[in-house]
Amino acid sequence: MSASIAVSEESSKAPALESREMQEIESLWRSAFRRLARNRVAVASAIFLGLLILIAIVGPYLLPYSYSEQHHDAVRQRPSWDHPMGTDQLGRDLMARLVFGTRISLTVGFVVQLVILAIGVPMGALAGYLGGWVDTIIMRAVDVLYAMPNLLFIILIMTFIRGTLGDGDATGVMAAIASVDSKVGGLLGVYIGLGLISWLTVARIVRANTMSLKEREFVEAARGSGAKGSRIMARHILPNTIAPIVVASTLGIPGAILYESGISFLGLGVIPPMPSWGLMISEAIPNMRSHPHMLIFPAAALSLTVLAFNFLGDGLRDAVDPWMKRG
Amino acid sequence: MNRGTFVIRRVLLLIPTLLAIYTLTFLLIHSTPGGPWSQGDKPVPPLVMERLNAAYGLDQPLWKQYLTYLGNALQGDFGPSFSSRSRTVTDIIGDTLPVSLQLGFVAMVIAVLIGLTLGTLGAIRHNTTVDYVASFIAIFGISTPSYVVVSLLVLLLASTFGLVPTGGWNGIFSKEIIIPSLALALYPAAVLARYTRASMLDVMTTDYVRTARAKGLSERSVIVRHGIRNAMLPVITVAGIVFADVITGSFFVESIYSVPGLGRYFVSSISERDYPVILGTVLLFGAIISVMNLIVDLLYPLLDPRMRSA
Repeated sequence: MSASIAVSEESSKAPALESREMQEIESLWRSAFRRLARNRVAVASAIFLGLLILIAIVGPYLLPYSYSEQHHDAVRQRPSWDHPMGTDQLGRDLMARLVFGTRISLTVGFVVQLVILAIGVPMGALAGYLGGWVDTIIMRAVDVLYAMPNLLFIILIMTFIRGTLGDGDATGVMAAIASVDSKVGGLLGVYIGLGLISWLTVARIVRANTMSLKEREFVEAARGSGAKGSRIMARHILPNTIAPIVVASTLGIPGAILYESGISFLGLGVIPPMPSWGLMISEAIPNMRSHPHMLIFPAAALSLTVLAFNFLGDGLRDAVDPWMKRG
Repeated sequence: MNRGTFVIRRVLLLIPTLLAIYTLTFLLIHSTPGGPWSQGDKPVPPLVMERLNAAYGLDQPLWKQYLTYLGNALQGDFGPSFSSRSRTVTDIIGDTLPVSLQLGFVAMVIAVLIGLTLGTLGAIRHNTTVDYVASFIAIFGISTPSYVVVSLLVLLLASTFGLVPTGGWNGIFSKEIIIPSLALALYPAAVLARYTRASMLDVMTTDYVRTARAKGLSERSVIVRHGIRNAMLPVITVAGIVFADVITGSFFVESIYSVPGLGRYFVSSISERDYPVILGTVLLFGAIISVMNLIVDLLYPLLDPRMRSA
């Protein structure tokens, strides 16, 4: 009899506890946001990135030329009124290519983070919450991938995907995948490859947080009131882990962008005539002595974008710092 | 767990790690369509193709190829190169790896010098112009890929001012090393600067630094004897990992500046489906990364007595 009373008391207490916890998380977000708003470099970066996203979405529709249109009477032109950033070796408008390249780079940055979250969060949560042999297996996989030379691995995956999808004679499921791949400019392999090797950091963060949080009173209370593991994870542990995940994702975006441009630079990324900043840089190198503008614009775009994501990520990290110390 | 057991355990863990890397790479390259002989403009006659496959064991079932290569690799034989058939993978690595290592080593020395200087300056002049400039250089280095840096350096130093050649390799005591080593050094320098700064800032607020100041030591010896020495611990951890990055990530710089290193070789081996070269390189790079991680983990307790009991 007394046991059943104790249980009912616990379960009536749990919702109140949960909502107080949510309020606490909300106020932590608010104060983190206030700290971020005081960081001028981070705010400037956020504004710059906001503009960049806008350019990536609407930019290609506003420009008079498309990224693949060749102007044979205007090859390798210096910047002018007609072509504000000049033209390349095929007479294509560099501004149109640069603007479309923004779309490519930002898409890579965000999509790769989504793939990383889709793999890293469940892996980290399983390893941290279940422990035991599940943890051992997942952490061994992390160790192996950690020793994998990243760039080589992505190049191998790209070659594999290009070889499997490339000839246009794919059928059934492969044909569907091939059409997705060509819609994203041939970067499906980059999304998958980068996702497959970059989930380690997120998995580690989620695992460490889960391991420390699952011993805390509010989680014990939820468990005592009969909540299942999946609910504890979703309602109590993950909400408290969002801040470090947001920071890691923001700081992961520049890495993904740099990898994509590097792979496109090697000619293994986007399929021409699709532009990518990396491909534009590699096309500029043979011409850079006589036509430095071909190099400067895409190189500056790449550096500035990566710079802004790094500044914003640093700012976010500083802003949620007390939170991370608490977790 | 005592120290000896820990070391042995970590060294033994290298084996399954490298085995997994080998298996992953093997499966990936063999499921990629196209073979090593179908390259180039001229199609290879079927009969010749058959003979070549037989000569190099590619007609064997896949599991047998997997075991054969593994067995040979364990005895140090990484097979012949398919694209330059007179040479073995061991020959090629023997020719190219020293070049990559020398370049990487010089780059790393430059990176450590620049990184530690910028990081320390940033920390001891915290929140001044010096700090902002140092931080900006560091974050610029992290944000600019090596192929952009090497191109800009060629444009500036070689093409415009003609101070150094526009490409090539002539050993570490030559003009040719300046551009590739600087380009390769920028990223690790930036990473080291950021870690040094953060670590120095932590250390400079500790009690023992306050004590050192209180007992009247000059600011210089406080910084050098108590600050930098203790701040170096996390930096060394990062340096090891960054060094592996420099060695395994040098192929942009090598390709653009025509440095005959291993990285440049790897890119062409993939398009040529040169299986033994691909496997050899991935395994070698995997081993370099694992060993660097291992060294860092083993070095850490030696440098920090507080870690020894743990």
